[in-house]
Amino acid sequence: MNTTALPAVTTAAAAIPKADFDWKPIALLFGVLLAGWPLIGSSSTWVTLSVAGLAMGLIIFIIASGLTLIFGLMDVLNFGHGVFIALGAFVATSVMTGMADWSTADSVGRNLVAVFIAMLAAMLAAGVLGLAFERIIVRPVYGQHLKQILITMGGMIVGEELIKVIWGPQQIALPLPETLRGSFFFGEASIEKYRVLATGIGLIVFGLLLYALNRTKVGLLIRAGVQDREMVESLGYRIRRLFVGVFVAGSALAGLGGVMWGLYQQSVTPQIGAQVNVLIFIVIIIGGLGSTLGCFVGALLVGLMANYTGYLAPKVALFSNIGLMVAILLWRPQGLYPVTNR
Amino acid sequence: MTSFVLDLKGVHTHIGAYHILHGVDLQVPAGQVTMLLGRNGAGKTTTLRTIMGLWPASKGTVHFKGRQIGGQGGKEDQLATPEIAQLGIAYVPESMGIFTDLTVQENMVLAARAARRAEELDTTRLEWIFGLFPALKKFWLFPAGKLSGGQKQMLAVARAIVEPRELLLIDEPSKGLAPSIINNLIDAFRQLKGQSTTLLLVEQNFQMAKVLGDRVAVMDNGRVVHAGSMAELTEDEALQHRLLGLSLGVHQ
Amino acid sequence: MLLNRLLSHDLPRSRWLALALLLVLLGLAFAPFLFPGSKALGVAAKILVFVLLVASYDLLLGYTGIVSFAHTMFFGIGAYGIAVASTRMGEGFAAVFVGLAVALALSLVLSLVIGLFSLRVKAIFYAMITLAVAAAFQTLASQLSDVTGGEDGLSFKNPEWLSPSFEPFENPVFGLLLDGKVFVYYLLFFAVLALFLLLLRIVNSPFGRVLQAIRENDFRAEAIGYRTVVYRTLSNVLSALFATVAGALLALWLRYTGPDTTLSFEIMLDILLIVVIGGMGTMYGAVIGSVLFVFAQNYLQDLLKVAGAALEGVPLLSQLVSPDRWLLWLGVLFVLSVYHFPTGVVGRLRLGALRK
Repeated sequence: MNTTALPAVTTAAAAIPKADFDWKPIALLFGVLLAGWPLIGSSSTWVTLSVAGLAMGLIIFIIASGLTLIFGLMDVLNFGHGVFIALGAFVATSVMTGMADWSTADSVGRNLVAVFIAMLAAMLAAGVLGLAFERIIVRPVYGQHLKQILITMGGMIVGEELIKVIWGPQQIALPLPETLRGSFFFGEASIEKYRVLATGIGLIVFGLLLYALNRTKVGLLIRAGVQDREMVESLGYRIRRLFVGVFVAGSALAGLGGVMWGLYQQSVTPQIGAQVNVLIFIVIIIGGLGSTLGCFVGALLVGLMANYTGYLAPKVALFSNIGLMVAILLWRPQGLYPVTNR
Repeated sequence: MTSFVLDLKGVHTHIGAYHILHGVDLQVPAGQVTMLLGRNGAGKTTTLRTIMGLWPASKGTVHFKGRQIGGQGGKEDQLATPEIAQLGIAYVPESMGIFTDLTVQENMVLAARAARRAEELDTTRLEWIFGLFPALKKFWLFPAGKLSGGQKQMLAVARAIVEPRELLLIDEPSKGLAPSIINNLIDAFRQLKGQSTTLLLVEQNFQMAKVLGDRVAVMDNGRVVHAGSMAELTEDEALQHRLLGLSLGVHQ
Repeated sequence: MLLNRLLSHDLPRSRWLALALLLVLLGLAFAPFLFPGSKALGVAAKILVFVLLVASYDLLLGYTGIVSFAHTMFFGIGAYGIAVASTRMGEGFAAVFVGLAVALALSLVLSLVIGLFSLRVKAIFYAMITLAVAAAFQTLASQLSDVTGGEDGLSFKNPEWLSPSFEPFENPVFGLLLDGKVFVYYLLFFAVLALFLLLLRIVNSPFGRVLQAIRENDFRAEAIGYRTVVYRTLSNVLSALFATVAGALLALWLRYTGPDTTLSFEIMLDILLIVVIGGMGTMYGAVIGSVLFVFAQNYLQDLLKVAGAALEGVPLLSQLVSPDRWLLWLGVLFVLSVYHFPTGVVGRLRLGALRK
């Protein structure tokens, strides 16, 4: 292969500007952030709320990202995605209790290790469940949307009940380890330590996803498959094998999100899946089904709105999500970043 | 004696309740350009899709280089589309199948199974393609959705030839292309012939078909009603008139 | 034949099914006489309400092919309509009529808005949006405690004739002391019967056939010339209105309305379970399914208790058959039904009849 000719191609092409990137939704995000400042009044409160909103948004993104890709690629809407969230959260409780000496120790290192092991265990468990779910529940109804909605919902019911069988039906506490409690203080602004951790993990996951999707061939296959599955097969790729992988990855991410959500609330219930389900559906509708970037922006918007309205107008807060969804759909009926489908 | 790269015998295809192909017999010799002609709805596109396994044949057999890839004999004999493609068949649908959210570069990398990144593309071949379709070089990093219809068509063909393939199935390659580009296309196909590639092209443009085709098969109502050399057809005005009812020569 | 016209030519088409339906009809018609005791009558009333609720859902899901999670919202609107009116205006038939009228109007507007807004988009979108809307409504009902009684709900009195203390006759009739509760029961019975027959009429009319055509292939329906948006919206509205009436009937029976009796997601799941297991797109499936479900809900738990006693002490297994986990087994049945018995019990019975 002659590599000297190619750089000429790419550098010449690089001189031509790339086609424009759609900045508007990101501008909206910054707009909301900035609009919050005068409305809230105090800078320190704004900082606290914004960090809280972003952290919450990133956790939601982790959970929703898998779902939007699964839908975009496989045309499968898993109404039972919540069960992976719940499983992840409960597995984490068992791990943290099992590692009590590390999770309650007074060392940052040990606490972090305990939390990370809990996260890994949750992802593993959720991934395995995802494998079973894909094979038993989803695979028989590929292509039949109506049955998919019903059967995945049924799968979630069964999953939730099984969780109750193993862990019991009541709420369980999932306390944060000692060193991760409390806040950092910047002037008057207090930022909870855990939220910083959550933001960090969320950004890492986002970065990894972007890298995988944009810089690897597998990612290329996924992005192409989301648009036109048949053409990808005609190019000689067995994309169905990819389906299982994407489903398992999406489930594992939901498990991770479950742990993080549980730590955020400091408690878990078997209904956690159903509760978060509605939220992630709103996020992926806002973002555009199949779009990772849309999901990211949508999740952050939802997180910010929830925290801002929770402070400014608590009664309205519970409807802020729906209101946001309606407003965005009026602007862009297919979501912030619609994925053009065959 | 030329061997047949592609051999369809008595192929029937059903799509749901619709019976589209009613026993297609088609032999495509190696290293030549075979044109598949006929009016709209005759079954040309369905034939290509059946070969690719996108719509499996319900009866009859499809052989590629002597090996059965589709048709009767039980499900094991119907290969899946990716496997058929991996045998060395490239398919360009009428709708082009361009991934509009991906850049031109990404579309090409995807089509090149051996390349994991843009840097791994065969540069000599790429230069050759850019020579044929300069617009692709110009818009290399643009999302393919921003290209004009004709440019998308160029990209679709370029994807099919980014790596050497044994057989190219192209549905209406000249659609939407300016005459100068059509000449480049004809040139490209001739060069591919020189590389021992076999081409099966569905065309409405009889002028282009006349220039390029070595063999011709005319379809009507889901069957091949005439097959022979292109020379024979172009010389025989009466035959053309008889088949003219099937819209030969009407389109440019 | 009169029966044919009554059922809008939609006959059971299976001897077993016809027999089952007849038994159910007779059982419900004479329940107060046959099954003394408030628990049994409560079960019968619950069956009646579910029949109407699920049949109205079948119109939407089974016949039009639309999955909506907002059905419980309309159910709740009907119930709250009666409750709020009776509480505010004082009990009486005036309150009942006003409450019902307002509830129906509200349901009409909401279903129209939701329908027009989201039915232009893909089915998946619609399902998710209805999920979100129903959740929001449930929260709203809990929040507006001055009006709706919040989490505790509203208790109220029925009009005089429908109150349990109302006893017009001194002596029992056929062994049953007639009181307001019996009258409410028969109000439910005749209302549900009439509305069910009306639903049969609707799905067997030209309108119903267009709905089914849309369910099968909306592109083709649109191509033939039917404005699918109009039909889908109408189906949505009708379904919502019937559910609203069902809610009103429930409120009259319980003399209480709260977020958990009507708006909870569990009830939505129950509806889905019944319509799938009973048989989508059959209407009769709602009847059979409701009976099976309500019986299961009440008596499956007893069955599980027996099994639980046998597996006492075995760690995980005993939890699996704990009576609290009856939903697990129903869920498994649901998943199996969606995949293996898409036509449900009614479909199975009819298939059996065809084979003969």
